Amino acid sequence: MSLLFLIPLLPLLGFAINGLAYPKLPKQIAGIIGTIPPLVAFALSLQLFLNFDGQTQILPIADWIKVGSLEIPFAFQIDQLSILMLLVITGVGTLIHVYSIGYMSHDAGFGKFFAFLNLFVFFMLILVLGANFTVLFIGWEGVGLCSYLLIGFWNQKNSYGDAARKAFIMNRIGDLGFLVGIFLLIQDFGTTDYQTIFTAIQSGDYTTDLSIIAFCLFIGAMGKSAQIPLFTWLPDAMAGPTPVSALIHAATMVTAGIYMVIRANTLFEMSPEVLHFVGWIGLATALLGAAIGLFQNDIKKVLAYSTVSQLGYMFMGLGASAYTASFFHVMTHAFFKALLFLGAGSVIHAMSDEQDIRSMGGLKSKMPITFITFMLGTIAIAGIPPFAGFFSKDEILASLYHHDPLMWGLAIVGSALTSFYMFRVFILTFYGEFRGTEKQAHHLHESPITMTLPLIILAVFSVGGGLINLPHFAGGNEFLAHWLAPLLPEAGEAGEVNFLSLEGGAPLLAAFLPAFLAIYVFGMQKSVPSEDAEISGIQKVIYHKFYIDELYDMLFVKPIAFLSNFFFQVIDFLVIDLFVEGLGRFVKYASSEFRRAQTGNVGIYLFCMVAAIVVILFVSLKSTILS
Amino acid sequence: MYLLFILLFPLLIGSALLIFKPKNAFAISLATSIIELAATAYVLQQASLSPVSFSAPWVAEAGLSFSLYVDGISGVLIGLCALLVPFIVATTANTDRANNSQFQGLVLAMQTALMGAFLAKDAFLFYFFFEASLLPIYFLAAIYGGENKNAITFKFFVYTLFGSLFFLIALVYVYLLTPGEFHSADIDVLYQTAKGLSADQQGYLFAAFFLAFAIKMPVFPFHTWQPDTYTVAPAQGTMLLSGIMLKMGTYGVIRLVLPMFPLGVATWGLTASILSVIGVIYGSIIAIQQKDAKRLLAYSSFAHVGLMSAGILSGSIEGIQGALYQMVSHGINIIGLFFVIEIIERRTKSREIAQLGGITQFSYPLTVTFVILSLGSVALPLTNGFIGEFLLLKSVFDQNLVLGIIAGITIILGAVYTLRLIQKSMFGNVSRITADFADLTFAEKAVLIPLSALVIVGGIFPSTVLGFSEPAVQQLIQWFK
Repeated sequence: MSLLFLIPLLPLLGFAINGLAYPKLPKQIAGIIGTIPPLVAFALSLQLFLNFDGQTQILPIADWIKVGSLEIPFAFQIDQLSILMLLVITGVGTLIHVYSIGYMSHDAGFGKFFAFLNLFVFFMLILVLGANFTVLFIGWEGVGLCSYLLIGFWNQKNSYGDAARKAFIMNRIGDLGFLVGIFLLIQDFGTTDYQTIFTAIQSGDYTTDLSIIAFCLFIGAMGKSAQIPLFTWLPDAMAGPTPVSALIHAATMVTAGIYMVIRANTLFEMSPEVLHFVGWIGLATALLGAAIGLFQNDIKKVLAYSTVSQLGYMFMGLGASAYTASFFHVMTHAFFKALLFLGAGSVIHAMSDEQDIRSMGGLKSKMPITFITFMLGTIAIAGIPPFAGFFSKDEILASLYHHDPLMWGLAIVGSALTSFYMFRVFILTFYGEFRGTEKQAHHLHESPITMTLPLIILAVFSVGGGLINLPHFAGGNEFLAHWLAPLLPEAGEAGEVNFLSLEGGAPLLAAFLPAFLAIYVFGMQKSVPSEDAEISGIQKVIYHKFYIDELYDMLFVKPIAFLSNFFFQVIDFLVIDLFVEGLGRFVKYASSEFRRAQTGNVGIYLFCMVAAIVVILFVSLKSTILS
Repeated sequence: MYLLFILLFPLLIGSALLIFKPKNAFAISLATSIIELAATAYVLQQASLSPVSFSAPWVAEAGLSFSLYVDGISGVLIGLCALLVPFIVATTANTDRANNSQFQGLVLAMQTALMGAFLAKDAFLFYFFFEASLLPIYFLAAIYGGENKNAITFKFFVYTLFGSLFFLIALVYVYLLTPGEFHSADIDVLYQTAKGLSADQQGYLFAAFFLAFAIKMPVFPFHTWQPDTYTVAPAQGTMLLSGIMLKMGTYGVIRLVLPMFPLGVATWGLTASILSVIGVIYGSIIAIQQKDAKRLLAYSSFAHVGLMSAGILSGSIEGIQGALYQMVSHGINIIGLFFVIEIIERRTKSREIAQLGGITQFSYPLTVTFVILSLGSVALPLTNGFIGEFLLLKSVFDQNLVLGIIAGITIILGAVYTLRLIQKSMFGNVSRITADFADLTFAEKAVLIPLSALVIVGGIFPSTVLGFSEPAVQQLIQWFK
């Protein structure tokens, strides 16, 4: 337990070494220095997991902010939730570091890349280890910074830089909500400590409306976890190198919002209307993301919208108080979405940086490992049993069925869309004829072992990840539910699922039928999505992401730019300064008028002097004279 | 005696530089500022045990005394001043400025004026230094400034002088009410006297005092001298103005306005806070579209100081402590950022954001330090800026929910203009003027790297400063609550 502090410290150290030594350190050494910290941190986390005795532990590290009665220490909390998050972050993190050794091998910024990745892991670990909302906020904003740095990693391209800034700024909008939530917590509880706050809530020891606090915190989650209306940064974030998309924009950072809600479930349980809102935001985002994903032709964009959509599912689960199910999906999603992104990266690597699936096809034989692992990932996300995604998504759906049948029905529709767009991408990429250039065809190759090994490991987890919380009907013991139970409210168990009923059958149909449809359309009919210019109607609207970016541009970006110029050129220069300088000119004018009194004629001066003396004498002697 | 030393030592050497015009003025100036820093550090170490003071008769017939003191509040400010001046001097290394000894002399003279304002325990002494500081900075800007410097520095001079006139009149008014044959301008006596005044009287006096400080900071709408002056002044002048001098305004509100006119603050504080918060948003929005990097930073500084002002006016411990901490953080960050812009200007002869780009390809250290300083400026957690802004925003939020949220928008807008500045200058394609951008020299690194380190250290160990100032702030709050 005493080695716990090493878990976040090692990645920080890795960041420091690689950051300071860049660019002098040779690539091989930089890669090793970057990969060892998450690996050792994983081993330590595993040890922590195996030796955990079920008791929540608070580890104070140091004082931080101390003003008046407000005390915010650096402190870590070790419990069931943080331990699992440690495992996911360091586990998936290590695999992605290994993968990056291969993927980034030709990049000049290799050492810098590993420095940033390590810094990200550090902040992500702080986020989940924090024992209060403020330390969580350190990690929360810190991962946002790393996301910014890594999206804009290839900083020569302006559009990448724009995407990076967009991500940071949209996250900051959410962060303002989160910060207000923190202020409200301090107002009511005098602290941001989880335990103090949650104990107070459980004993009814609070005065403010908790739902306002929960709502503010959730605004933060909307930014970080890319939910409507703050989701448009995530697809653009694909500008970053693919390992970044896998680690930050799929497996870990974007699930921070879900982690936070689960962490604060005591608070959210007291705010049913907010939970309701969370569920519907999740549903809307899940459907929107899935719909846009249907028509995207950039392999990473499809996966990005898919992530937006899957995060929506997790929030739907939270909305139904199905915390275990949501967290289960966080974990399985981390496996299969990291796998899919890394698989996509492997394809992009082989295709000489081509990302358009219309130019791919027939890669099956050229890259067998990528092909098989990508297929397993596709099956997993589509929700086909007995792969990981089936169990976790099914649990969310089952809880929705009992919570709100309408939401359940719409979620099934989203599920069907997911299956379709994933098989579409899969078929178009790996089957049929190769549609790229001659040069690309010549260059096609399977990726090196550093890249395929992580794919294989993640594939194993994507297939078998369901075991983490295997339900009783499938012969499991619901490990995850039991493990998390001490932290969660009494769960409304979904009960046994009958696959012949609507509840059990619909998700299966939604997984299988669209998959077959996609295989038929793109595999057997061999149709290829049309060129951008030929798209029309509703499809065009969806392809352009419902023009939401344009809408935001019109509503926020342009007006602020206008205001900026207006304030600067009109208010500052004309209105305020005119007044200020007007005052100055008035003084100048007045003095020039008064100056005329100074005629230089000594006689007049003398006269004025005598007159003044008389007046002064009169005033001062007035009382004497009159009395 | 140590107080007298740290007050007069820079002026002494500065005058010598002005008179004798030695060749190695830079080295002398740097050594002076470092000795000053060491002496100040010693004073602060003493003051952390108990307040340090010095007193000698000044104009005994008028009850004025030359009294100086260092407590938790003034200690933070003299610490800031002593810390920043060596960096400001160091930024002039290897610059072949004509008449450098005069330049350095003025910088050191400025330091004495600034130290004096923070050290003064007699209100007229404070006023004296408050005004005296205008002279060296005026000459720095008027002699070494850029385009259109005469009109702009004249406006700056007259504007700030105009504001302090009301301050002086109000001060004399309270002074004449103090007991005793000779009266007194000792701050403690003024506290006692002013507290007995009616709410109406306090309201007027608050307005007169606050106007002077509002112009100095500046607070909306008294700011129009600031962007021009910051832009036209030589980089070191801008650093003195933004890093230290504007803190005379915030310090004045803490030291004089809050404890003297609690009823005035109760009546007018919210109005003043609203103006301050308007400045936060207004300045940030203007910064977004600025073309000149230096002017962008000027507006950014205007926005930051507005939040300090609003936090102080909340009168809460978080507000005052946050403001004190932010004064230090802002000082460190803003002089670093102005230096980055000067480095760019030295090499490219331009500060126009649209003309820059791709500098990171030539200078990795400049990019890294620039980014770290910027992160401090946008208040990312674990940077110094976060501690101050967190406490300040909380204090404003506790005082008035809506005002707090509006002020909070600064964390979004701040990111907008700061990241734009970074991207357009450091990233993207190399432009015609940034091609062959020379990497940082040793002297430039010697400034930027320690400043960047302070950004991080300040974000992790705030208790060194907060703990130092807390007892004095507690005492102050107890007095006016």
